[in-house]
Amino acid sequence: MNTSPIHHATNGVDAHLAPDLLVRMHELMLQTRLLEERLITMIRQGDGYFWIGGPGEEAFNVPLGLLVNKGEGLSHDYLHLHYRSSGTLLALGAEPIDSLRQMKSVKTDPYSGGRNFVGHYSARKWNVVPISSPIEVQFSMAPGTAIAQKRAGGRGITIVQGGDAGTAEGDFATCLIWASRPGNELPLLMIVTNNSYGISTTYGTQHGEPRISDRGKAFGIKTATIDGNDPEVSYRELQKAMEYVRTERRPFLLEAHVSRLYGHSSSSGANFVEDEVDGLARFEARLVERRILSRATLDDMRTRMTAELLAAYQKVREEAPPDPSSIWDHVFATKNVNDGGAR
Amino acid sequence: MATMVQAIRMALHVGEERLGVTDILGEDVGPPLGGVFTATQGLRTAWNTPLDERGIIGAAMGLALAGQRPIAEIQFCDYVYNTIDLLKLAGGMCWSSNGDFNCPMVMMTPVGSGIHGSLYHSHSFDATATHLPGWKIVMPATPRDAYGLMLSAIVDPNPVMFLAPKALMRVKSLPGEEIPGEPGDDKQLAKMIDAPLGDRSAWRPSWPDTPDLFIPFGEAKIVRAGETVTVVTYGRMVMECAKAADELRAEGITAEVIDLRSLHPVDWATIKKSVQKTNRVLYVNEETEVTNFGEHLIRRTVDELFYELHAPPRLLAGAFVPYVGLAPSLESASVPQRAGIVQAIRELAKHRP
Repeated sequence: MNTSPIHHATNGVDAHLAPDLLVRMHELMLQTRLLEERLITMIRQGDGYFWIGGPGEEAFNVPLGLLVNKGEGLSHDYLHLHYRSSGTLLALGAEPIDSLRQMKSVKTDPYSGGRNFVGHYSARKWNVVPISSPIEVQFSMAPGTAIAQKRAGGRGITIVQGGDAGTAEGDFATCLIWASRPGNELPLLMIVTNNSYGISTTYGTQHGEPRISDRGKAFGIKTATIDGNDPEVSYRELQKAMEYVRTERRPFLLEAHVSRLYGHSSSSGANFVEDEVDGLARFEARLVERRILSRATLDDMRTRMTAELLAAYQKVREEAPPDPSSIWDHVFATKNVNDGGAR
Repeated sequence: MATMVQAIRMALHVGEERLGVTDILGEDVGPPLGGVFTATQGLRTAWNTPLDERGIIGAAMGLALAGQRPIAEIQFCDYVYNTIDLLKLAGGMCWSSNGDFNCPMVMMTPVGSGIHGSLYHSHSFDATATHLPGWKIVMPATPRDAYGLMLSAIVDPNPVMFLAPKALMRVKSLPGEEIPGEPGDDKQLAKMIDAPLGDRSAWRPSWPDTPDLFIPFGEAKIVRAGETVTVVTYGRMVMECAKAADELRAEGITAEVIDLRSLHPVDWATIKKSVQKTNRVLYVNEETEVTNFGEHLIRRTVDELFYELHAPPRLLAGAFVPYVGLAPSLESASVPQRAGIVQAIRELAKHRP
C-alpha cells in the first residue's frame, strides 16, 4: 500500500471531466484490466512462458495514451515506455488480440514476431520505440528523440516512463542532466510510475528521498507528484504537464503513485493483491455514484469484453509459431525506415 | 597528404554537408577543442555533451530512432564498457522489433595501444565489438580507408562502429593513397582545416573539395602480395605486418598481407582464396587473445580449409592480462611487435607437416 505523501496538485472533485471522456477512459481501463487478466490466465494454462504487465496502472496509463499526439515522425510524440504500458497502448488504439499474440509467441505478433515477452511493444506508426527488458535504458535514449524534436520546433514532445526502483539506475540521472542543459532544455516529459516496489524490494528500504520528483528540482525541472490511481487526477495533471512541455519546450518530471495489483510478474505468482488501491474499482464506484454508468451496464461491459478476449484467445491459440529460419530476419536493416524510408 | 585524423574530419564534413549527418556528439568534440585527437575540428554539427558515455550512446540511439543521422564519439574505447547494454540494444533494435525500427548511428572511438597510454588509453575493443550482433564494425589502417569507410558508415541503415587505431591518427597517406581532392602539400591542408592554436573563436575551416568515395564494407585489401604465408590483420597491425613481410623477402619468404578493413561483414572469400594458395595462415591483432576475433577466423579456417593447411593456423594477439602497462617494456610485452610477427611468419613458412 502506498503510504508516501501525495501532493494533489489539483483537487480531483471540484471540476469533473466531460462524462463521455470519463466513459471512454473507463472502457479502456476495463479493457486493459481484462486483457492483463486474460494474459495471466494464459500463462497459467501454459499458453506463454512469462507474464509481466501493468494491472493497477490503468488509471494513469490510459489517460496518458489518450493525451498523446499519436503518429509517426517528429511532429508527433515519441514514447519510450516500459513493460507495464498496456493501458497506454490500448488507449493509442492497439488491438488487445495483438498482446495475446505476443504472449503466445506466434508469428503474427506485430510487436516482435514472436521474439519478445508480452508487453514489449514496438509501434513505429505511433512513435512507440521498442520496449526492452533492461531497466531504465529508455531514460538514456529519450533525450535523443527530444533533441530532434527541439530542433524541429512544433509541438511534438518525448515521453519517457519507468518505475520507481529503476530511478536508482544512472540512466535516470542521465535523463535529468541531458534534459536540462542550459540553453538546450528538452521537450521531455519524464514519468515515474511509483508502485513502491522493485520486484520484492520496497522503495522505503532503498531510497532516502521522500519524493522521486524532488530530484528534478535540483535541475530546475518542473515537477509534480500525483495520485496515479485516480484517472481524473491523472488526466488533468498529464494535460497540464504535457501542455507545459509542448509550449515551453522544457522538461517536466511527473511522479504518479500507482498500484501493482498482481505482483511483479508471473515469476512472483501473479496473484491479486488485496491491500492495494484498485483504481478501476474506485473509478467504477464513482461513475455509478455520479449516475454516469449503472452497475448493470458495467456488468454487461465486463461480460462482453471477457467474451471478446476469450474469442481472441481461441483464435490466437490456432496461429502458427514463427518459422525457425526467421531468426536470420532483421539482423541488419536494408534501408532506413525511421526517416520514412527517405534513404 | 592527409593524416588519418584529418581524413576522418574531412569525411565527417562531407557527411554533414552531403550525406545527412545531423549530429556529431561526444565529450569535447565541439568547439573550442574539436576532439582530443582533433577529429571534429571545424565541423558544423559537432557539439559537446555531458561527460556521460551512456548518455552519448543513448542520445545517439534516440536521434537515430527519430530519423536523424548521429555520429557519437566515445573519447577512448577504454570508456565504452559502461555502455555495453546500450550497444547491445542498438545492435538488436531492428531484430527485437522484427524490422519495425532500425538504428542508423555511427559510434566512433579511438582504439589500441602505441601512444604510451597506460591502463586506460591502450585498450582494444574489437573482440567485444565483434560479439555484438547487428553492428557493422570497421577499422581503417590508412587515411584513405578511414575517409571511405566513414562515408559508408554514415549512409548505412545499421549501427556502425568505427574503430580508429589511435597510434595511426597522425600517420600520413602514402603516395598513391591520397584522398582525391586533398591538396598534395601537408602544410596547405593543415592551414585549411586544422584549427589554430590559441583563440579559435573566429576561425573557420576551408574544406578541400573531396568526393563521395565510398569504400564498401566486407572488402579486404591485399597490402602485400605473396605466396608463402597468409597474414590476416587490421588496424595498427597492418603496417607492422607489411614491414615484417618486407623484411622477410630477403629470406625468400613472401607473405601475403591482408587488411580486413571491416570485421562485420568480414571478407572471408579473400582470406580463403589466399590460404588456399599459401596453405599457411597467421592472424594478427592487438586484442587480448582469449575469445579474440582471430580465434573465430581460425575456427572458420579449420572448419573449411583443414585439408589444405600445411601448418597449424596461428594467432598472434595481445597477452590475456588485464591491461597494457605503461612502461615501454611492459607495453611491448603485451601487444604484438614486429619481431614477433617476423618470427611467427618465418616459423609458419618453415613448418613441415
